[in-house]
Amino acid sequence: MDLLAQGLQLGSSVDWHAVAPDVILTVTACVVLVADLFLADRSKWLAMPLSAAGIVVTLVAVVSLAGQRRTTLGGAYEIDSFALLLKGVFCIIGLMVLAISFNYFRTGVRFQGEYYFLMLCSLLGGLVMSSARDLITVFIAIELISVPGFVMTGLRKNDAKSNEAALKFFLFGVLSTAVMLYGMSLIYGVTGHTLLSGIRAALVVGRDLSPAARSAVGISVPGDPIIVLSVFFIIVGFAFKISAVPFHFWAPDTYEGAPSPVAAFLSTASKIGGFVGLLVLMFTAFPDVADVWRPVFAVLATATMTVGNLIALRQRHIIRLLAYSGIAQSGYILVTFALIDPASPAVNSQALESALVYISIYAVMDLGAFAAAIAFARRGGTYFIDDYAGLWQRSPVLATLLAGFMLSLAGAPPMAGAWAKLFVFLAAINAQVYWLAVVMGANAVIAAFYYLAIVRRMFLEPPEIEGPVEVPFLLRTAMGAAALALFVAFIYPPIITTLAGGSIF
Amino acid sequence: MEWIDSYGLSLATFLPVAGAVVLLLLPVGADGLLKLVGTVFSGLALVVGVLVVARFDYAGAGEIQLEVNATWIPQIEASYHIGIDGISLPLFALSLLVSFLCMIYCWFHIPEPGKTKAFLSLILLLETGMTGTFVALDLILFFIFFEVVLVPMYFLIGIWGGSRRQYAAVKFFLYTLFGSIFMLLGFLAIFFQGSSFDMIALRNNPPLASGTLQNIIFVGLFLGFAVKVPMWPFHTWLPDAHTEAPTVGSVLLAAIMLKMGTYGFIRIAYPILPDAAMYFGPVIGILAVIAIIYGALCCFAQTDLKRLIAFSSVGHMGFVMLGIATLTDRGINGAIFGMVAHGLITGMLFFLAGSMHERYHTREIAALGGMLQQIPRFGALLVYSAIASLGLPGLAGFWGEMLALLGSYQPGGGLDPFLFRILMIGGGIGTVLTAGYLLWTLQRVAMGSIPEKFAAGHNIPDVRPLEWMAWSPLLVLILAAGVYPKLVLGVTDEAVQTLLGAFGG
Repeated sequence: MDLLAQGLQLGSSVDWHAVAPDVILTVTACVVLVADLFLADRSKWLAMPLSAAGIVVTLVAVVSLAGQRRTTLGGAYEIDSFALLLKGVFCIIGLMVLAISFNYFRTGVRFQGEYYFLMLCSLLGGLVMSSARDLITVFIAIELISVPGFVMTGLRKNDAKSNEAALKFFLFGVLSTAVMLYGMSLIYGVTGHTLLSGIRAALVVGRDLSPAARSAVGISVPGDPIIVLSVFFIIVGFAFKISAVPFHFWAPDTYEGAPSPVAAFLSTASKIGGFVGLLVLMFTAFPDVADVWRPVFAVLATATMTVGNLIALRQRHIIRLLAYSGIAQSGYILVTFALIDPASPAVNSQALESALVYISIYAVMDLGAFAAAIAFARRGGTYFIDDYAGLWQRSPVLATLLAGFMLSLAGAPPMAGAWAKLFVFLAAINAQVYWLAVVMGANAVIAAFYYLAIVRRMFLEPPEIEGPVEVPFLLRTAMGAAALALFVAFIYPPIITTLAGGSIF
Repeated sequence: MEWIDSYGLSLATFLPVAGAVVLLLLPVGADGLLKLVGTVFSGLALVVGVLVVARFDYAGAGEIQLEVNATWIPQIEASYHIGIDGISLPLFALSLLVSFLCMIYCWFHIPEPGKTKAFLSLILLLETGMTGTFVALDLILFFIFFEVVLVPMYFLIGIWGGSRRQYAAVKFFLYTLFGSIFMLLGFLAIFFQGSSFDMIALRNNPPLASGTLQNIIFVGLFLGFAVKVPMWPFHTWLPDAHTEAPTVGSVLLAAIMLKMGTYGFIRIAYPILPDAAMYFGPVIGILAVIAIIYGALCCFAQTDLKRLIAFSSVGHMGFVMLGIATLTDRGINGAIFGMVAHGLITGMLFFLAGSMHERYHTREIAALGGMLQQIPRFGALLVYSAIASLGLPGLAGFWGEMLALLGSYQPGGGLDPFLFRILMIGGGIGTVLTAGYLLWTLQRVAMGSIPEKFAAGHNIPDVRPLEWMAWSPLLVLILAAGVYPKLVLGVTDEAVQTLLGAFGG
């Protein structure tokens, strides 16, 4: 009876409007799963419009919360502009991935309904992560993002590569989770809190006390080995999720082996989920001990950018190229973590803002590039960059769109990717971390080589095969919308920056 | 005509790109319609440009007029700040005029491999980038326009160019990109010193004290602009790009894009970093004279007519840079005059070279001859333009060179008169060499006997009506500016005085 009463009380204390987006998405996922059971084989595709409708309603719920600040579940779950922006980004990723997936899964791969269900679950993890302000919630969210990903990767059951990809992803994922969880448990042991605000306060208390008083309350100093160790474990755990060098080995193989729309999902939603978790932890729980972990991020960022770009130079398979380019892009986002300064809120808010701008723009341009690669592979069945020769003469629109995404990823006008890089760059200079700005600039030049090589191949070389590549309506719409969004955001960047700029925890 | 004040410049800048968007929506095959729409939009931009020129208050040419200053990206304090003064007005008008003439020229000649729609769209996009560069008064806005021209020109060379087009396109792209990265770093450094991207505010209160930092920033800007001009030794992309580009590409490149570099010096580098400009004055002067003599000597060695004209540009732009380096009102007025004159004359020469190639299918000087006998009007135009190019008094080419040399007799800004008098002598030798190679070329191409290959049975047409239409404005302006130099100097002088205020008058 006691438990029931507690449950009822908890139910009435939940701010249902605040959790509405997550609840709606949960319901959608369940409906899709059940509906799939009752749909005949030839109408299983209905799971896709059903999912899309659910995401749209979720998006409406997100918009209905605009400008509000709510806290519920005892502070573990928060709605603020940061959470809302990212929930919006996740919803848009969801819609785009649905558009990319539809034709792929309708023809060829079975398990349509299961796929959509899994994808919605993973997306739900992203939504939860955006609002999570508690170690346990963060952990649940990251698991919710990852676990469906393992299954989705292996959906092409009869393909050895798909199996290998799934297994690799699973093993790395589980390992990283274990490491992360260990770090989290240590932090809980030291501070006695799971709430991030509580952890932060405890660490500050620990910092300000005299050694004697510290040992009296049993709280460690920021430089205490146990804090260093636990923060480091948490970072390593997330570094796997966001495929930062040297924890990136799984990503190219997994992306290549997974069904391509799943790769698109993993390189955006799943990766961004990891970044959101890191942002939340580093900016709300650990900013005061930044001295301990800032150098780690500086090294991670440098290695990730440089290694990602250098290996990308040699790729001939477009999905692998996108995988390595995605690793390099993670490196640029990691730069923002290396800028945090406990003493300067202005620097921190600029770093956070630039990270959010980068994440939002990255999601759109990366999905656009994946969509184009999938559209191209539909006809020739090939993912090799050599086969893109002369694409412009065969399918001018597809070639132009892909060129646009490549320019955006390279950070060149007239696409929004230029602002993404410039903002991180400015944040680095403003934080006076000049050397990272220089490393970033050098990397942008290296990256331009391989992005532009694709453009050159498509536009300047003669085609080897004739005939246009037919692109299904949904893929065309998704690519067109993404390109338009990137172009508009280039002309008038405040549509993103104002959303990101207001983001404070 | 009140609306011109607030919308004139924006309309003239963005009408072309609007035209490009309209073109993209039209069907691929409808060549006539595509050309009509392209010409109409470019023509409308020109009409607005003429209205701007009419509206401009010439008594106050030293001040920024038709100014618009709107919020654009508040987060980094970049604004949509445009305006025009005596320095930018001639170049603004020139870019609208030449782009329109190129559109007319396209009516009868779209180079291989056709693709009218893409070709015209790229030219319109280029027009927006070029026009915008000359009206932008915000460093970020300037940078965007400066970069926007890169992509269309890359494609124009790479797709519609001659046999070595890929090499030329990539070389052009990499050189310019290399320069612009340093330029952007310079802009950012200026921003962090002066906390503003506003060129006018920065001009009125130069943010940097004289010293190493100012000199380093100047070198950054110098690299960006010097590659574009191009100054010796950064010029090697130019002969390749000019030679391989399709006719209208060469015309736009020579007539307008090169001026973006020299304009950058006058508008940004010199006024904002005056001490560094004085410090580096001798270096720039020496490089300019090297370019003059080197360009002329190279011309003697050329066998390809188009390549010869390309190298002559190196020399002519050397005179412009020499004029700027003198820091005198004569020199800088002469430099702006030289930019306009070079735009008109070399634009014309590239038109002629293109039409000649299209008639004779060769540009080898050795293979041509007797043009005055065979196609007398065409030959006469060639003689006229070449003589204008060598600086005959009474035609446009004369004044720029004369004023630059005159300015170097008594340089301003505390520069060493002795050095500049030597430079003056060097420049004088350059004019003699220029006259030498141009007359020698005329002798080989226009005079002599008709080569057997083209003599009998070959119906080589004389100047066509459409060519007259595209060329006559240039021909008239070459004469008008030569006979009545006040046409340009009357506009620029006030603004040059304002600029020289930074150098102690």
